Order: sequence, then C-alpha cells, then structure tokens
Amino acid sequence: MSRLSIPTPISAQGVIDEIYGDLVRRLQANPVSVCPVDMAAAFVGVCHSQSCGKCTPCRVGLGQLHKLIESVLDGDATESTLNLIEKTARVINATADCAIGYEAAQMVLRGLNGFREDYEAHLNGTCLCRFDKAVPCVSLCPANVDIPGYVSLVKEGRYQDAVRLIRKDNPFPSACALICEHPCESHCRRRLVDAAVNIRGLKRMAVDNAGDVPVPPCAPATGKKVAVIGGGPSGLTAAYFLSLMGHKVTVYEKRKFLGGMLRYGIPSYRLPREILEKEIETILSTGIDVKMGVDIGTDITFEEIRENFDATYIAIGAHTDNKLGIEGEDGNGVISAVEMLRMIGDGDMPDFSGKNIVVIGGGNVAMDCTRSSMRLGAKSVTCVYRRRREDMTAMPEEVEGAMAEDCDILELMTPEKIELDENGNVKALWVAPQMISNIKRGRPAPIRTEEPLRKLDCDMIIVAIGQAIESHHFANSGVQTKWGRIMADMKTIVSDHDGLFSGGDCVTGPASAIMAIAAGKTAAANIDHYLGFDSKISVDVEIPEPPIAPQPPCGRINLTERSAEERKHDFLLMENSMTLQQAYQEASRCLRCDKFGYGALKGGRIFKW
Amino acid sequence: MVKLVIDNIPVEVENGATILEAAKKANIHIPTLCYFKELNEIGACRICVVEVKDNERLVAACNTKAEDGMVIFTNSPRVREARNVNIKLILSEHDCYCTTCVRSGTCRLQKVANDLNIFRNEYETRIERNKPHGDFPLVRDAGRCIKCMRCIQVCDKIQALRVWEVQNTGSRTTVAVKEHKKLWETDCSLCGQCITHCPTGALRERDDTQKVYRALADQNKITVVQFAPAVRTAWAESFGLDKEFATEKRMVAAAKALGFNYVFDTDFSADLTIMEEGSEFLDRLQNGGKLPLMTSCCPGWVRFLKGQYPEFTDNLSTAKSPQQMFGAVTKSYFAKMIGVRPENIFCVSVMPCTAKKHECSIENMNDACGDPDVDVSLTTREFARMLRADHVGVARLPECEFDSPLGAATGAGVIFGATGGVMEAALRSAYYLVTGENPDADAFSGVRGLDGWKEATYEIKGTKVRVAVVSGLKNTKKLMEALKAGDVSYDFIEVMACPGGCAGGGGQPIHDGEELAGERGKILYELDKNNTLRFSHENPEVQALYKDFLKKPLSHTAHHLLHTDHHAWEMTK
Repeated sequence: MSRLSIPTPISAQGVIDEIYGDLVRRLQANPVSVCPVDMAAAFVGVCHSQSCGKCTPCRVGLGQLHKLIESVLDGDATESTLNLIEKTARVINATADCAIGYEAAQMVLRGLNGFREDYEAHLNGTCLCRFDKAVPCVSLCPANVDIPGYVSLVKEGRYQDAVRLIRKDNPFPSACALICEHPCESHCRRRLVDAAVNIRGLKRMAVDNAGDVPVPPCAPATGKKVAVIGGGPSGLTAAYFLSLMGHKVTVYEKRKFLGGMLRYGIPSYRLPREILEKEIETILSTGIDVKMGVDIGTDITFEEIRENFDATYIAIGAHTDNKLGIEGEDGNGVISAVEMLRMIGDGDMPDFSGKNIVVIGGGNVAMDCTRSSMRLGAKSVTCVYRRRREDMTAMPEEVEGAMAEDCDILELMTPEKIELDENGNVKALWVAPQMISNIKRGRPAPIRTEEPLRKLDCDMIIVAIGQAIESHHFANSGVQTKWGRIMADMKTIVSDHDGLFSGGDCVTGPASAIMAIAAGKTAAANIDHYLGFDSKISVDVEIPEPPIAPQPPCGRINLTERSAEERKHDFLLMENSMTLQQAYQEASRCLRCDKFGYGALKGGRIFKW
Repeated sequence: MVKLVIDNIPVEVENGATILEAAKKANIHIPTLCYFKELNEIGACRICVVEVKDNERLVAACNTKAEDGMVIFTNSPRVREARNVNIKLILSEHDCYCTTCVRSGTCRLQKVANDLNIFRNEYETRIERNKPHGDFPLVRDAGRCIKCMRCIQVCDKIQALRVWEVQNTGSRTTVAVKEHKKLWETDCSLCGQCITHCPTGALRERDDTQKVYRALADQNKITVVQFAPAVRTAWAESFGLDKEFATEKRMVAAAKALGFNYVFDTDFSADLTIMEEGSEFLDRLQNGGKLPLMTSCCPGWVRFLKGQYPEFTDNLSTAKSPQQMFGAVTKSYFAKMIGVRPENIFCVSVMPCTAKKHECSIENMNDACGDPDVDVSLTTREFARMLRADHVGVARLPECEFDSPLGAATGAGVIFGATGGVMEAALRSAYYLVTGENPDADAFSGVRGLDGWKEATYEIKGTKVRVAVVSGLKNTKKLMEALKAGDVSYDFIEVMACPGGCAGGGGQPIHDGEELAGERGKILYELDKNNTLRFSHENPEVQALYKDFLKKPLSHTAHHLLHTDHHAWEMTK
C-alpha cells in the first residue's frame, strides 16, 4: 500500500470538461428572444446537479425551485407560487453553506426581479417570448444588414453583388469592413460549433475586391427638401437613403471634411483617408448637396434651416471632451483626445518626435491616441488606466496591438495631479496606485492603496476619458436635451417638433459607427413616411443556395496585421485582408441561418424596407 | 439539368428541383409530414430525411435542392432509424386516440406512422392541453397539433390574416392565436383553410351533427336540408366512389336515407340570389348607387371585409347568401305551402364551408319567423361523417330527384360553387334584364379559371360593365388595397375567401397535400353545360316563387326576407 498517489484526470472528467467548455460557448451565443423563465428553470436544474448534497437548502431547495419554475412555465402557477419561489430562493441564499447553493439562489432572485413581467405573463398562460429573431447576425446588426446573403456572395466571388447587397441597409460597407465593432458576431450560431464567422473580415474581402460599384438610381424627385445637420456616418446614411428615395438633401458640416468620427475619431491606420473619402464620394453621387464649414448657430440659425426645409435630421455626434478635473489640467501640453484626433483628421499632424507621452483612459479612443502617438514619433507612450487591463473597455485586440507597438499600459493608476514647469508646460503626471476591489454595478471598482503617489515624467498628456455633445444651440431653440443629449425616441423622432428627427451619438452618447448608421437608416424611413411617402429601398441580387452541409468544425480565420515594428512608424492601414483561399473557407463556415432553422419558416431575408 | 442517383436509379431533373421532386420523378416515395408543396417547405418534422452519400448528416428531402452527382439513399439503415425515432418523438407529443378523431383515415400523421410500421413507442407521452374555444365554429385541439406550422403559413401566405402564430420558445413552443387573443376576438374569417391544410385533427370545425340527429329524432319537426353547389362535387370522396357514380341525385338519396323529410337544392336559392343581386346591381348602376357592388354570398369574405375593410360595408350587396335566402324562403313560402308553422321546420344546410356556421347564427338572420332561418349548417365533412355513422350504403343507393318546390336549379346556380361562377351567373341574367333577351350562355366565360385575380369588361346594351373576380383572401387584400389607392376601378366584384371558390372550401373533404378546387370546379361547369336551363331567371320554381309570393325582385317582401343589413352585427363577440 502506498500512502500517496499522483492525481491523474480520469477520462470521463476530461470529456465532461470539454463539454463544459462547449456549453459555455453555447450559452454565450444563446439565441436572442428565448424565454428567460425557461432558461432560469434550466439553469436551476444545472445548479442542482452541481450540489454535493450535504446541505438541505441546496440539495432539496434547488430541486423544489426547479419544479416551481416549471409549474410557472406550465401555466399551473399563481401569484402565491411566485411568492413561494422568492421565499425559497431567499432562504437558500441566506442559508446554503457554500456558493454552489447560495449563488444559484441569487441567480433565481435576480431573474425574479429582472424579468418579473415574463414570470407574471406565464401566470396567465402566456409567454412574452417568441423566437422571432430568425437570423442572429442580422437581428444583432443594428442596421440589419443581410449578412448570410453577402457572406455567401463572397464565397462565390461575387464581390460587386455583395457590396450592392450591403448598401441596401448600410452605405458604408468599406468603413464598416475596417472598423465595425461587429455585434453581429456575438451570437453567431457558428459559435455552437466552434467560433463565430469572421463576418467583418469577409466584408473586407468584398469591398477590397469589388472595385467601383455605382449607386442605384434615385427615385423620381419628390420635390421635398431635407436638411441633415452633421456629415458623419449617421447624417450621411440618412442623406444617402433619402436621396435614393427622391428627396433633395442638403448636408451641413461644421468641419473641413465630411466623415464625422470616422475621420475625426478613427486614425487612418485603421481606416485610411482615401478609402473613407471614396466611400463618401460614392454616397454623395446620389445627388446630395453639401455645405462645408457651416456651423449651425454661428453661420446660420437652426430656425432658418427649419424654415427652409420640409424635414431636418440632427446628427451632430459627440465631439467635445470631458475634463479630468485635476490640478494642472490647463497646462501647456495637456490636450484632449478629441483635439488630437481632430488635428490628425484635418491633416495637421502634430510632431511628437522625441517626446514622452502619457495617455489617460481605457477605451478605444485612448488606444487610438496611444497608437497614434507612437506613429507621430513619440519616444515613449504610456497609457494610464485606473482599473486592470482586462477591465479596459477598449477591444482586447486594440490593447494587444498597442502593446506590441511598444506602448506601455500602466494599469491600476489614477491621475492625481499634473505637475507643470515654470512656463506652464507639462512636466509630469502624478498617479495614485489602486487595487481592484468589490464589484459595483457589474464592474470591479478600484480603490486607493497605501502605496505612495508615483511620478510619471512626460512632455504631453492626452486625456481620453469620453466625449460630450455640443448641443446648446439646439437646446436654446427649444429642442429638449438631457446631459447634452438630444431627446429623440427609437424612431429618431424629436417630440413636439414637427418634422424634426435626430439620431447617432448626439442622441445615444458616444457609441459605434454601426449604431449611428442604423439611426440614419431609421431616420430616412421615418422622414420619408413623415413627408407622406412610402418609398422602398431594395436590391435585386440573387442569393446563392446554401450547400447541404456547412464546413465541418473548423478554426476561424482572423485577420492578421502588419508587423508591429513596421506599422508603428506609419499611418498606413495596419490590418491585412484575407486571401481567396482563406475567404472561401471562412465563408463556408457560415451556417446559413437564413435558410436553415427558423429562417426556413420565417424567411431569413428582408427584401426591402 | 441536374443528374443524380437515388436508390441506385439515375434521375435527371430541372435545376432547382428538390430531392423530393427528383425522387418522385423516379417513382420513389419519400414520406413527408409537415411538407405542403409551395406552402410549407420548412423541413421541420424531419421525416423526409434522406442520406446523401459522403454527408455526415441526413438532409430533408422537401427543401434541399438536388445537386449534380448526388448519390442518395432514401431507405438506408440510418434513414430508417431516423424516421423511426423522429416519428415516435412526434407521437410522444400527440394525442393518439385516433379512434375518436375526426381525421382518422385522412390524417397524415396516422398514415405516416402506420406506413413506418410503428406499433409501440418507448417515449413517454407529454401532451399539451388547451381550453376549448367556446362554441366558435373553428376548434383547435392543442393535443393533436404537431407544430408543422401549415396553419400559420396558409393563414399568412394565402389568406393574409395571420390569425395563427408561433408562440413560446423551447419545449413549450406552440401554435396559438395572435396577440394572445381568443379566436373569437380576432378578425378570423372562418374560411377553414387552416383546417383543410392541417395534417391531423388539431384543427376542425365545431361538430353540429348531434343537433341534426336530435331534430331528425323529433317527431314534431319537419326536417329540411339544402345542399350547396360545391358539396355535390365532393360529398362522396371519402367513400371512394368515382365521380360518375357520385352524382347529385345519389347525394339526395343519401340525405333521404338519413331521414330528412325534404331534400332541396341551394342551387335554387343561388338562382334566387342572382335575381335579387342582379337586380340590385342594375339598380345601383342605373340609379347611381354605391359601386362597385361586391358579392355577399361568401361569409368568409363578408367577415374579412368587416374585419379589415369595414369602410366598404355599404359596397356589399344587401342580398343574403343563397344559404340564408333558402332558409328564409323555407320558413315562409314553403311553410305556408305545406301548411306547417315555420317554428316546426328544422332547416339544415350542407355547405363546403365553415364560415356558414357563423353566418346562420347571426342574430338578424331570422326574418321568416324570428327563429334562425337556417338552424344548423353542416360542412361537407360532417355530412359524410353522418352517412358513415349511419352506415348508409351509398354505393348501393338508387338516384333520387331533389324535392320540389325548392329543388329546381339552373346551370347558373350550380356554378356558384366555383370562382367566377356568381359573376358569370349574374351577368347572364343582368344581360337579360337589360336587353330582354338571353346572351349566349357562355358569353361571360372569361371570368372562369383558377387565377387569383381576374378582370373583364363587358358591354351590355351600350353600357360598359367592368368586373373583377378574386378568390383567396391575400388576392382579395391586394384588390382592396388597389381599389383604395385608386389604382383599379370596377362596377362589380365577386370575392370568394377560399382559393378557387367553394369547391376548395374549408368545409370540404380533406385529401392531405392536395388542392382540389380546380378538379371539383370542372364538375360544376360540366353540370352547367349539361343543364337545359342555364339562366337563373328561367328557373321555373324561382319564377313561381316570384309570381305567387315575392311578386318581383327587390319587392317589399323580397327585401324583408332576402336582404340583410350587414351593419347589424359585430365581428368579435
């Protein structure tokens, strides 16, 4: 007999661990719009099977909870059943000896509050949910772009058709091919097999290879005039579709160039200027009038615009900065991210040669500033963030990219004060060390440690802690605003102002390009309707039949980047496209939810809107 | 063309053909359940799965396109196993009391399961139960629903009403009435197309046969039954009789065998409808009345109009439908003739229709004596079930004439059962009423045929009459929208809620997967052609009715008995 043995994993455990992994992926890709009560019942079932069985609340209670929730689903429950569920969960939460029990009960309690109306609907024998999101990617794309459609066209090499199909819903295929945050991929059904299809990568393939794709002809002129205030993604999208519908659109742009945050927020190594300019040129070829360098409120009043047009769309974005509120912030060499990126956008490249740069912030804009600083010749670039690196809201690939380009990420540091020299120039940033602590509102919050302040010597500080909206002129004209945001509803309608619409960042606060584009599309439809028309946007592209079986389990092809050593010195596009062979394989991974599953019943395609 | 091999047989099919179609071409039968050609090709039941060589997963034959070089097996061990398991899974959620199901014998599920040699099911049954829908003429039994979604599709794609929808998710996914409403709270037209497209007994008409048995057993009741035109084309389909044998006269004999005292013909009151509606049309045309005139004989359409386009209610002809005219005449003219109190007459109709059950229960359809003019409306299917229940040996029955005086009919009356028939019959008599002479009986045959929306312009004594004929409610919706938008303009419009008209009605016998309106309609046109009388105004019994009782079309008595106020009732109750 030996006293000890080395624990070796038994094969059953290996298999079940793999299945857990699959299940985690499956849950992350959970179909949108399934019944949350049904899911809650299933989760309690899983939790119950995790119980060791020692303690009463967990061993017995979770099983009873499961049965009670099932009875709700079966329509056999009453208000008192919900009370019993709540009471039981409360007691399990309070008395279970370990987290297996009390965390499970906590989940039930959260659901009871979080989707109470779903529970209550079941008491009346009805369910609020229907599986009406037939194609996950399409329903998660704010602009509802026909993703399975263009993916299948890319697979066949029909790039022009792919671009025409995308433009039916989104006039910015090239910009989105490079910078879209691709919410479409988050619930991609392919994640149940292996990983989401690289949708953005395939769109890139389409736009890179399509060549010039002319815009469709505009409908006969309606004689209606629409003003669009702001030439960013939202304004130009609205202008594009309204123009196609036959309305006469005039875009007012305050700055030197069109493009909004696509130009003044996103550096050209992610979205090259010439690609953006070409895309905007294509949009304008529908016959849109542009008034450049016109600031509403300075050069022309909002009232004048309202008088001269049948409808108005405000899409001014979020272009002012937030302040840190610390000592020394007004010193020379402290600039906001907005200022820096605007200079770059206007082509006035600052020279950072030999300078030590500190960037404050943890979002994508902070990363853009960090990486741009390196490209402007900085000697060193340090990004200071008050939480942990994994808590940054920037996309992980942005953070990794910055690090690969020799930028420093200094985590768990809060800016305390800015030290200036006798001339008022930045000398150093003083930061206070933090430690990560309790989770508040879903995110772990940092707290100050007992360590002393640290000094970061630097020549410039770039503050990238969010943007605000410059909307006072509109507020002064009676448009309702809240924290600078223009108050418009989900239909982009501004209440109490006949014919006034608004959308994009100036309504939502800083969001994504595709959200802004979706708002522009929505505004176009509702403005057309307001003007008394029922114009339809459609495209005549035949979508290939799906193969009888998709690619068997297969790794996802990610887009590569030019080597860090090379790319960190220039503003040229850093991301590489796919090869033909790669694109074919990647497009073959699409499960074609437009044709299989619920798509077969409900039709996986919106032919016109 | 696409070349493939199915069960070792080489097949060549058009591009775009499915595996199912390719197999059919090679005389290979693949069982299907949820599939309904062109209506529901969603691959939901997974019974039609086949094995495609070199493919890990089985594919649905119904909605997978045949590809060049495919090698397919429709009965491989994997396919057999898959069908066996999937049909048992479906059965585990199905109320399998076939012995007490109206669809026993015509149920697709029963046939597929039987064919697959299923005699035992190792899966535990879990049957969804729903509360019955009151006494609405359309009944859904959730326990028999197999979630094939055909009802949803037919109500959406063909009838444009979307009464049915998928509700819930996961294991509790089911078919239910839209917006969580009760059926009778919706704008359901009661066309019954969801019933005739249901593969099982999940959807059926409210059974009214017991009410009829009670009347037949009541010594104090004179029982009168009328047969709608389209019923004669289909009444014996479930007895396997051939068309030549299953005549209308044999149908009369069958009704007599059930014990009805009088067997009459709705064709008679169809002719009467023409007299009234035709006169109304001419009156509106000549005196500037509301046009276009819209036919009112289809209660599914009347319900559709009231639910979707109530602003057009005054366009409906005030003439009652043939069913209701028949009831009103029976309980007045006929009652007087045979010298009985109208309350003692029990008036039954046999209709190819489920909406007729609602029509006869409308409160103001009681003009003869205060009782309902028609007491019970049976579907063709219910009539056949009564014959079966009484073991009437229809195959041995001698033919028998309709009773008089409400039994004579013309060819114009009989074509009411096909789309375009009412219009054609009306035009034949309108021509006569205007010109004083008969046109060629086939002069208006341009409105025949199964096209969903037909139009024609005829000239009657210098006046152009623009007519339109639609069938199926989606086509109707298109027409109504075009009418509203001012894109089209007509004088007279015939609408039938069911595609192809009453021949394809929601009360007709069910042959799963088949659309029989066209074939049954042919029988009606045959009957028209062979009738010596082809004009409603020449119906001798209609003439006698006017001479002895009504005086003339649109007379005071005619108005009282044969016309109605469509505003007098609400859609939902």
